[in-house]
Amino acid sequence: MAKTIIPIGPYHPLQAEPEFFKLFVEGEKVVGLDIELGYNHRGIEKIAESKSYDQVIFLVERICGICSTSHPLAFVNAVEDLADIQVPERALYIRSIIGELERLHSHLLWLGLAGHFIGYNTVWMWAWRYREPVLDIFEKITGNRNHYAMMKVGGVRRDIESDDIPEIWKMVDELLPAIDMFKGAVMDDPVIHARLKGVGILTKEDVFEYGALGPTARASGVAIDVRKDDPYAAYPLVDWQVITQEEGDVFAKAVVRILEMYETIKIIKGCLDKLKVVGGEIDAKVKEIPPGEGIGRHEAPRGEVFHYVRSDGSNRPVRHKIRAPSYMNVPTNQKAVLEETISDATIILAAVDPCYCCTERVAVVDKKTAKKILTGQDLIRLSQEKTEKIRKKFRGSLSKL
Amino acid sequence: MAEEILAKIKEKFSWQILNIFEKSPQRAYVDLKPENIKQVVEFIFRRLEARFVIASGIDIPDGIEILYHFSFDSVGKIVTLRAKIDKENPEIESITPIIKGAEWIEREIYELLGVRFKNHPNLKRLLLAEDWPEGKYPLRRE
Repeated sequence: MAKTIIPIGPYHPLQAEPEFFKLFVEGEKVVGLDIELGYNHRGIEKIAESKSYDQVIFLVERICGICSTSHPLAFVNAVEDLADIQVPERALYIRSIIGELERLHSHLLWLGLAGHFIGYNTVWMWAWRYREPVLDIFEKITGNRNHYAMMKVGGVRRDIESDDIPEIWKMVDELLPAIDMFKGAVMDDPVIHARLKGVGILTKEDVFEYGALGPTARASGVAIDVRKDDPYAAYPLVDWQVITQEEGDVFAKAVVRILEMYETIKIIKGCLDKLKVVGGEIDAKVKEIPPGEGIGRHEAPRGEVFHYVRSDGSNRPVRHKIRAPSYMNVPTNQKAVLEETISDATIILAAVDPCYCCTERVAVVDKKTAKKILTGQDLIRLSQEKTEKIRKKFRGSLSKL
Repeated sequence: MAEEILAKIKEKFSWQILNIFEKSPQRAYVDLKPENIKQVVEFIFRRLEARFVIASGIDIPDGIEILYHFSFDSVGKIVTLRAKIDKENPEIESITPIIKGAEWIEREIYELLGVRFKNHPNLKRLLLAEDWPEGKYPLRRE
């Protein structure tokens, strides 16, 4: 059967994340999913063994281009666990601010693409337009729109200047009405309800079996969040809530991400307030890493990032294990997509926020003839057409009134 | 709460545990013989309802160490189960029949360290290319 499948497209210039989903269908119904990985295996765990602890931070920052601070933060947490390092309080607030600003732009990015997949291109453009000011703030305070290079073992590499605080405050304040707008657009739109509710359901049991994480787990009523469960950085020092929904469908996953943005802004504001009064060092000035082992975690936008580091007392780790959240979340698609229609597959696969372009690599195979019948582009088109049909139906019922 | 978890594991498997290392109240490492891994995994996953975080393997001078990290989210504790297996015959019972989420990582350890997981439902390569030579394991130190 594999012989009849052609991987779709070269790398997409915008979201180059190569993964290959083989979707098995009978008529309209999805009856199986096979996932192939490895197109972009870079051997980062092995490379880390040949880098010093300071260099590894820059290496792991390049694992992901969207949530680029997630891996450095989990890594420094691991090394600090290994060597029992106390981080100065001011650095903890800066760490959380960077982590949360990142969540903000990552959730907006997902919202935009989710909108595009179901034919809401306006949502796509607006969401990405509101993502821009977040990146501008990053450029202002770290020097880069992405790959901020802020984390270091024992603290952070740059301070946030007091002049920058009002500007960050203003940016998140201006974002609030936009999030209100998106919340309304998703929660009050009957077409989106009809399109996303009851689609691609993941139960609590599935979350447990697959070890799913982040918004994917929280949308199924599983309230796991490393920021609360195993507190680090400044998360235990400011006030915020873990957001959950019970339904486990694509709609719930969207709602979780939108509501989380409010909590993120709460955390950012809480940390900014503290930065005004907590001064002092931002770096514990770590000299040596003793032999031992350490585990560090961070709640990235997509879920828990996990790093395990073992040291023999030299300046390089002997072993560095990295686990990104999509590694646990992507296999849940094998469950969520079963018995659904082809036109829903696109948004279900995208709902775990796997850095998206996985859907670019979907091939639909007819189980009887083993022929590839649809490409990734066709799938997005099918998905958009289905929304259009629902829209028309609603328009029809409105005109009758 | 966090202490109770280790106490329960100790009580149930007092004969099987080789050593317990408590790095901090939130981090514990439990050394086991490879043949006991599966039953302890089953106990802490099914009975104590720990979340499976990930597994990994390390090539050490006198064998290959396999680590299984479990998270007790209600108390924020990570318990790591460890077993050392023989480098000449690297084999251990698969935990995928108990935990679906372990399928990929066991396949990854299989191709990167050459560890065979017995009774794994789908033990084939995950990341390495199809034309990668047989018997070459990128994470081995040899």
